[in-house]
Amino acid sequence: MIEQTGANPAALDQQNTGERLAKRAATLASIRHYFSQQQLLEVETPLLGQYPVTDPQLDNLRVENPFAITSADPDYLYLATSPEYSMKQLLSLGSGSIYQISKAFRQDAPGRLHAMEFTMLEWYRIDYDMDALIDDVAALIHTLKPNTAVEKISYRDAFIRYAGVDPFIASSDELELIARQKMDVSFTNQHKDVWLDLLLTHCVEKNLGKKGMTFLFDYPESQSALARLAMNADGQKVAKRFELYINGIELANGYHELTDAAEQMRRFETDNQQRLQRGEPAREIDAGLIAAMNRGLPNCAGVALGVDRLLLLLL
Amino acid sequence: MGTYSTNEFKNGLKIIIEGDPCNIVENEVVKPGKGQAFNRVRLKNLKTGRAWEKTFKSGESVEAADVMETTMEYLYCDDEFWYFMDPDTFDQVPASAAAIEDAKPFLKEQERCIITLWNGAPLTVTLPNFVEIAVGETDPGLKGDTAQGATKPATLVTGAVVRVPLFIDKDEVLKIDTRTGEYVSRA
Repeated sequence: MIEQTGANPAALDQQNTGERLAKRAATLASIRHYFSQQQLLEVETPLLGQYPVTDPQLDNLRVENPFAITSADPDYLYLATSPEYSMKQLLSLGSGSIYQISKAFRQDAPGRLHAMEFTMLEWYRIDYDMDALIDDVAALIHTLKPNTAVEKISYRDAFIRYAGVDPFIASSDELELIARQKMDVSFTNQHKDVWLDLLLTHCVEKNLGKKGMTFLFDYPESQSALARLAMNADGQKVAKRFELYINGIELANGYHELTDAAEQMRRFETDNQQRLQRGEPAREIDAGLIAAMNRGLPNCAGVALGVDRLLLLLL
Repeated sequence: MGTYSTNEFKNGLKIIIEGDPCNIVENEVVKPGKGQAFNRVRLKNLKTGRAWEKTFKSGESVEAADVMETTMEYLYCDDEFWYFMDPDTFDQVPASAAAIEDAKPFLKEQERCIITLWNGAPLTVTLPNFVEIAVGETDPGLKGDTAQGATKPATLVTGAVVRVPLFIDKDEVLKIDTRTGEYVSRA
């Protein structure tokens, strides 16, 4: 379905082409207008890079490097899964607040909501925290679809309400038991995050964004990705990460960005340990990002939003 | 025994679940942007006919069902089984009620069907796309009435009820599309 939102001619026909292309162009123009008014700078960063990502659940598409001559040259170049690392290099060089609309590539099985190539809107706001960026995302959506209701619920409260379990307290075994009561599952004995992802996708997500936007925030530490950690009101350690859902569909993922290079290095290494445990090779760590963080990433919050999915919801 | 990775899942693929052959009816990949991908699959147990939803972790391997398709001719049924014959070897196999469930409304003697065999026993029976079946019961035909769109119910000799044009009479042989269960024309 996201294939039909205007970027893939093969998924269009004469009945819908004009309408889809016009909607896409108008939406992109509105997005650029919003950021121009907010005085964010539009940037472009490379789609082809030397480093893959380490995220255990994300795989780059890669191409052979035709100019690999010496053993020092990389054999493969990687298509960006998001422009995040490049944009953080710009931030560390003093770019100020920036945004980008670019293609992103992932080894995801194509489906109703997944394509290997898709359009991503990503932006960073200097001196914003998670809550300020959530309001910013809501303001952008309101320029495209005025009067959309806004709901905010923590990851923990959403699990308690829709899956009947506290995701911070429950053990992996308890989560498995609850999952098995709710559905038929082919696997057993998994990492806690697998059960959390299962309950999120099968029980929680369908309840999010029913009336408009739902922002899910304060993720478990194990799913902090590139977000900084903080304590919630109950004294639990949480990741300052959020996701936007509309109609049960995940639309955006944002962080109050981690700026500590040593902590970032530890997380990359933890990612690689997970890959090794699964019997996969470790991924080379992005030296460009680490150098940028050593140089100094300003205090900022950033978010990536799937433009094709947004169009799907606006069409 | 072969296996399939979840990456190979598609509609119509036959796999073994808890010892029973199952057909994949629908396969959807669900994946949080940063999280684990799952295949949410609608399955039909080909022995019992039960349909249900099962979730796999993407990347898992599942045992393939070793099924083969062959063309056989329907002979007759008794209280329990429907008997089909291989036209070359004259071997006969009994099919269960579950196996012929989908084909039953349009199944008549001597019809050549595609039989999906698993361990030598029929799992599913698929009719040709078009079959010719006589009308067993319908209101008398209105001669010369070819008005577009007007229809009436007709009960075929195999038991199925289809909507037919008003001019169709009892004992007439009709061409039926078995995929939609609809009347196509007079045979």
